[in-house]
Amino acid sequence: MEKKFIIALSGNPNSGKTTVFNALTGARQHIANYPGVTVEKKTGRVAHRGFDIEVVDLPGTYSLTAYSLEEIVAREFLVNERPDLVVDIVDASNLDRNLYLAVQLRELGVPLVIALNMVDVAKARGIIVDHEKLSSMLGVPVVPMVARSGKGIRDLLDVVVEEAKRGAQWQPAPISYGRDIDRSLDEIEELIKESNVYDTKYPPRWRALKCLEGDPQIRELLERDPEQGAKIKHICENTAKHIMDTQEEEPEGIIADHRYGYITGVTKKAVKRKIELRLNLSDKIDKVLTSRILGPFIMVVILYGIYSFTFWVSEVPVAWLELFFGYLKMVVSSLLPQGVLQSLIVSGVIDGVGGVLGFVPLIMFMFFAIAILEDSGYMARIAYMMDRILRWFGLHGNSVMALIVSGGITGGCAVPGVMATRTLRDPKERIATLLVVPFMNCGAKLPVYAMLIAAFFPRDRARMMFFLTLLSWGFALFAAKFIRSTILRGQKTPFVMELPPYRAPTLQGLLIHSWERTWQYIKKAGTIILGFSIILWAMMTFPGLTKDAVRSFEHRRADLKNALLASPKMKNWVRDEKDLDLLDRLYDEYREGQGEKEALSPPNIAGSRLFPLIRAAFVLEKGGNSTDDMEEGPFKAASRYLDFRRQMVYIDREQHQTALKHTIAGRVGRSLERITRPLGFDYRTNIALVGGFAAKEVIISTLGTAYSLGEVNPEESGSLSERLKHDPDWDPLKGFTFIIFTMLYVPCFATVISIRKESSWGWAAFSITFNLIVAYLVALVFSQAGRWLVPGF
Amino acid sequence: MKRVIRMRDMSDDQKGVIKKISAAGDMGRRVREMGLVPGTLIQIQGRAPLKDPVAVKIRDFILTLRNNEADHILVEVDGPDL
Repeated sequence: MEKKFIIALSGNPNSGKTTVFNALTGARQHIANYPGVTVEKKTGRVAHRGFDIEVVDLPGTYSLTAYSLEEIVAREFLVNERPDLVVDIVDASNLDRNLYLAVQLRELGVPLVIALNMVDVAKARGIIVDHEKLSSMLGVPVVPMVARSGKGIRDLLDVVVEEAKRGAQWQPAPISYGRDIDRSLDEIEELIKESNVYDTKYPPRWRALKCLEGDPQIRELLERDPEQGAKIKHICENTAKHIMDTQEEEPEGIIADHRYGYITGVTKKAVKRKIELRLNLSDKIDKVLTSRILGPFIMVVILYGIYSFTFWVSEVPVAWLELFFGYLKMVVSSLLPQGVLQSLIVSGVIDGVGGVLGFVPLIMFMFFAIAILEDSGYMARIAYMMDRILRWFGLHGNSVMALIVSGGITGGCAVPGVMATRTLRDPKERIATLLVVPFMNCGAKLPVYAMLIAAFFPRDRARMMFFLTLLSWGFALFAAKFIRSTILRGQKTPFVMELPPYRAPTLQGLLIHSWERTWQYIKKAGTIILGFSIILWAMMTFPGLTKDAVRSFEHRRADLKNALLASPKMKNWVRDEKDLDLLDRLYDEYREGQGEKEALSPPNIAGSRLFPLIRAAFVLEKGGNSTDDMEEGPFKAASRYLDFRRQMVYIDREQHQTALKHTIAGRVGRSLERITRPLGFDYRTNIALVGGFAAKEVIISTLGTAYSLGEVNPEESGSLSERLKHDPDWDPLKGFTFIIFTMLYVPCFATVISIRKESSWGWAAFSITFNLIVAYLVALVFSQAGRWLVPGF
Repeated sequence: MKRVIRMRDMSDDQKGVIKKISAAGDMGRRVREMGLVPGTLIQIQGRAPLKDPVAVKIRDFILTLRNNEADHILVEVDGPDL
């Protein structure tokens, strides 16, 4: 029988913790080279030597204070869940700072194993760590490893199993913090032990230490026993005062100094280094990539290169997918009888889901490019270079990451973006960032942009995308400035941040990373979007026109037909409805064959007595005149026939328009028209925008559904983009206004939920209202100014 | 000769030993847990294109701070008194 136990992975950001987690469990997970991406609790399983080991990935932290969400999460997990063993991942090439967390874990007393990662990098930098010495000095097992190549993972598992068999216990390590503090610690520890009010989750000495450090969470816990709590508080205050008087420091500072003193003592004996503070390759790269003039220039080139690259590589696969879905529609239409079911599958399912899936290659390559930026460490440099600017807008250099993940380089997602704001310590900066994050161009807005750009700005695709990216940054930043100088006024927080060394991203890491995000997008298409496509299709189909209304359209068609049949011009060609049906059929067939000459046309057309009429009609429709080899007669009839056809199409359109207006969606969209008319939006765009609240991808599919239902035009069976391009209601200005509105209006449902999770319902509701107002005003300015500046637009 | 200056006033590539951290609260805590404690050897790595923040090499990694934060860190460097 397998024995079960739980281990927790802890470690600094950039210590390779995620890589170790993946190597242990084989789990698919986001790996990045940026401080604090791992903010969620991730679990995986591994079986080793008859043990079933559950691995919990704790957030990457530098410390165990109560001042950041990650640290609180990590600390609470350790004391509440009591894992059987904690594996602390320590970067050997950056040992001192990584041991700072290890020392705090020892203070807390958790059963600990140290995984000494990246020994290869350390060696290359001239740092040789004697892991046995380190182990004996710290009093915990130390396993050297290179997680990137999987070296040492088995050894780690062996040690983990051994420790589990041994039944390692909690055992706080006593570290000296100087006479004054040690004495106070002893006193407080006694007071805590005397009380029977306190729970035993935390070791008493650790509690005492945190109390002296001024940890607000622990101080609050200690006040639960009013009597002892007061005594403890008294000691803490006295110690603080005494230390301030004698050493001009707060106890917290002294404690940190002693921890580092202890670490320096350990590493002096356990580490041999050849050179101190030498410029390594990463530093040399930084000399170029963050230099004054070249740095920003390279940054812009890299970011711009990403669009060009993404559009260039995805062009062909996107075209293939479009062809595939077009073909699928054709097949389904021919297999299923006309009616509600065919309409549901073609207009509801294939149009809806296909429109979204068609952009998968684009999104996949965009995610791939972002993954390279994150995993290589360049993203942190962007934050470093941008901080001076972001600070002016009341944000933090770290906000850049949330903004980029949400789509700052186009093609992100606001949901992880909102989550990434957890790395911001100041609540005001954090809320401001998460409120403006939905303005960025997420992957779901891309298809909308791409479709409209293809329709109205086909020659400037990459340039247009770049421009839209700059616009979204502009809106996000000024909105942040506005928020930070009105409802969220306050001080800026420290920018202290690590610049992780440049690392070549592993292909596996990149693939896992980009595939995960793409898969989320596809899953969304298969679930939320499929569901919404069907609901919206139903909203756009029901209730249908009343029988009376349908009959009135039938009457109009019959009248047209009768008028045609009665026309003297048609006398020699078409006498009854049967003739007319044949003519319609043959003419459609002839048009599809692009009007070949008599000899090349199929015999059923060429041999028909109607052929001269058909050919004449085709010439006229193409805008030509009769030529010498043609008789006058057929042209008069052809002209009359074309007239009839045009009127029939007109009636069809009118019927579909009336039908759509009659549906639930039409009614909602129409009632919104009163508000959206100044923007140039009609009920069809309104329906699409309402659907976009579910997920922005729905906008495209809804527009597709609205337009393929609303206009049956055999000449224009091309994509939605082609259709809008030729639609009289649309022009470049409306296309652009629609893009801007899509960029700014309500965050999608999933984002609203994450905003609520990271803040409150109040802020989530504020976010919806605020964004709607901003979107409306900005779109209004654009559309009115556009019309005023370019009247012919 | 040794003299003590603010980290902000150090020139690029200049080395020094931290003498005192005068920052308290969140800033002091953050700086300390990253290893900026008295007695630590540091070297200015460079500055962002807009001259702020500053990147400092410390213990085997690079840390960035804003200039107004670097003001709270006093460093002992080589050189004549001014």
